[in-house]
Amino acid sequence: MGTTIRATGAVDCDVHNAVPRLSALFPYLPASWVDYCRETGVEGFDPAFYPPGAPLSARPGSRVGEGPPGSDPCVVRDHVLDGPGARYAVLNCLYAVSAVHNPDWAASMARALNDWQAAQWLAADPRFRASIVVSTRDPHAAAEEVARWAGRGFVQVLLPASTPAPLGQRVHWPIYAAAEAADLPVAVHPGVGSANPLSPVGWPSHYVEDYACAALTLQSQLTSMVAEGVFAAHPGLRVVLLESGVTWLPSLMWRFDKNWKALRREVPWVDRPPSQVIREHVLLSTTPLDAPPGLDHAWVDRFLTRLGSVEMLLHAGDYPHWHHGNAPTALLEQLSPAERELVLSGNAMRLYRLPEEAGWAQAD
Amino acid sequence: MGTGGLIDCDVHNAVSGDEELRPYLSQRWRRHMELVGSRTFSPFTKGYAYPKAARLASRRDAWPPTGGLPGSDLDFMRGQLLDAYPVERAVLNCLFRAPEQRYDAYGAALAAAVNDWQVEQWLERDERLRASVTVPFEFPDLAAAEIDRSSAHPGFVQVLLYPRTAAPLGRRQYWPIYEAACRAGLPVGIHAASTTPGPITATGWPSYYIEDHTGLAVAFQAQVVSLIFNGVFDRFPGLRVVLLEGGFAWVPALAHRLDALHARLGEEVPDLRYPPSHYLRTHIRITTQPMEEPERAADLVPLLREVGADLLMFSTDYPHWDFDDPYRAFRTRVPPDLRRRIMHDNACATYRLAS
Amino acid sequence: MTGSHRQVVVAAADEIPPGGRKIVDVDGRSIGVFNLGDDYVALRNTCPHEGAPLCEGVPSGALTSPRPGVYHYERRGEILRCPWHQWEFDMRTGRSWVDPEGLRVRSYRVTSDGEHVVLHL
Repeated sequence: MGTTIRATGAVDCDVHNAVPRLSALFPYLPASWVDYCRETGVEGFDPAFYPPGAPLSARPGSRVGEGPPGSDPCVVRDHVLDGPGARYAVLNCLYAVSAVHNPDWAASMARALNDWQAAQWLAADPRFRASIVVSTRDPHAAAEEVARWAGRGFVQVLLPASTPAPLGQRVHWPIYAAAEAADLPVAVHPGVGSANPLSPVGWPSHYVEDYACAALTLQSQLTSMVAEGVFAAHPGLRVVLLESGVTWLPSLMWRFDKNWKALRREVPWVDRPPSQVIREHVLLSTTPLDAPPGLDHAWVDRFLTRLGSVEMLLHAGDYPHWHHGNAPTALLEQLSPAERELVLSGNAMRLYRLPEEAGWAQAD
Repeated sequence: MGTGGLIDCDVHNAVSGDEELRPYLSQRWRRHMELVGSRTFSPFTKGYAYPKAARLASRRDAWPPTGGLPGSDLDFMRGQLLDAYPVERAVLNCLFRAPEQRYDAYGAALAAAVNDWQVEQWLERDERLRASVTVPFEFPDLAAAEIDRSSAHPGFVQVLLYPRTAAPLGRRQYWPIYEAACRAGLPVGIHAASTTPGPITATGWPSYYIEDHTGLAVAFQAQVVSLIFNGVFDRFPGLRVVLLEGGFAWVPALAHRLDALHARLGEEVPDLRYPPSHYLRTHIRITTQPMEEPERAADLVPLLREVGADLLMFSTDYPHWDFDDPYRAFRTRVPPDLRRRIMHDNACATYRLAS
Repeated sequence: MTGSHRQVVVAAADEIPPGGRKIVDVDGRSIGVFNLGDDYVALRNTCPHEGAPLCEGVPSGALTSPRPGVYHYERRGEILRCPWHQWEFDMRTGRSWVDPEGLRVRSYRVTSDGEHVVLHL
């Protein structure tokens, strides 16, 4: 089975850079919080959502050196840029700083994390782009953080899928206003930024359940953002669902549209079928792709018809996560060359306004 | 319909008020009813945190002229449903708030009363009717005792749970329910219901009923995930689970997801004997209402086949507002053999109905 | 009934006060006649969605929103909500709210001479 698809020139929209150790952030953290961390014995914010020993958390070959997979910029550059010949890689750092309850501490950690990303990653290679990590605990502080970084190598705002309140609710809107003003999309990625159970019906027992339910949490967040009117209030906003599984979307749109016909009076600002709102504002990264093993042309054709547009899909490797099967590649193989170019790079180049030549210069 | 008989897998018979259950309660619980009565997770005695699309979530034409609530009058139900369509059997799922009681013993007493009331007022008055056993499922030992007691009546064909539980249903605490259901030879039905200890999302309470209702599909999926990965079907090989009113278009994507995750992370759950999709196909059945409505109506038949011709069972949800009319719900031509399985045969097999 | 125009007296005027309705049977067709105050309208009593008795639904208002949190509520009593699935229909045009071009219920002209209500078929 020779893979005919080369990702040369692709934009990899989901790469996970990791913090090697908490102290790596100390140079960027106010002294009061450095000492707070030291005195209270805080050891770090490595996400329990990706257990270090679980096969999904790190593909073979990604465990290099002392730090966690993805913590060495040189190794990541080799694995996601130089190796596959990618044009850009968008870094989504999952260090779970927004899961702490203290809003000031969470915001300070997020600020330090972004400073660290700029200094250690964006400066390391002009092909790296990063997402601004913010905590939803204090949306105004999050909005300030978005404004602080807009246009400086950061191309997106990153929110964890598991939040204390649904992401559509108005308390979060300062974040969307800042993102819209900075012309940055907001990405939602599986991960924990709250103390809520990881399933809609309580705490699961196993990690495999936690991860399975991440697709459900993203569905809840998307439902919330549409119903609460985030896109009516922020018509320029784009939302990227990362590592979501993707193929559930048509079923959600059908159910949502059907309910909208009956219940739209509750949310009269949703003045079009939800599927239309979703197609105008939402993109999804293709790894993992919840698809049958022998995904063929008929399947892809049916999937894309139900989804609505190939322009909603973004190529992603999800480094260093290790998914089963080759569905994302099989999907690419079934696309026409023009469609494939859109998924591999065109959609992302436009969404993130990436220049043809790698560099930080902002497109106008 | 043109295909003969119909098994309607989801019909709601209603208790019109607490007083209707009084004859089925002991003096102690009658007094409790007067003293404090229902204590659920709702902040109101009568209102709703998420008002439904219509009063009592019901069709406006389903209020019996004799008074009482929609679904409370068998004669009226006959006229609107049982005689109006070729209904061979209808499975009653009474949603009276017995399982949602926070006081375990009162919940158990109400559940027993509801079941006795169902026998007397419904099962023994129309031979087309079957019913689900109401149980206080958050207290599984009490639920198991009620299953043992009520399942003696042949009219009960299912044990009724709701999807919005205090913990995922695969967890060990709920296993006594499955043990009792297997002992009684009954499937366990999980039916959409309203008040609940937790929100319908993993991210807190949404603001609107449209989110709550749309979100029911994810609650059902989470229960499927839990049941499968906690090994419930390996431990209880005879157990069958029916998902009622949770949608079905999500099945293929979830099945692919779970199989891929099992391939990568299966070492964590070594007791699972099969890939997750196997359990979905062999142990789980799903009712059709609210019927999925793909944007292109013709996409429905391929979807039905993807989900599985043996998995789906037709339901109307009478008398609720999102009722599916057996003649109109599909909106597209469904091949006769597939239609017959969905309208009739699958339910006969699941509920062991002679036909 | 070859002509396109036929008139049937369906009610005395005082039978259908403003805000009221009467469901009548004409040649086996069930039709709801409504008095909107300034005008009478009539609609086929069958929802084009799943066949519910549409005219038994709730007459409500037109709800729109220029932005989240702001509600514009107008035309009270002129938007009929189906008694089953709550789809909305503009009683003056028969057009559904969610798909005004593609889904509508048959509407009829109604006149009154002050004494009788006349349905034009």
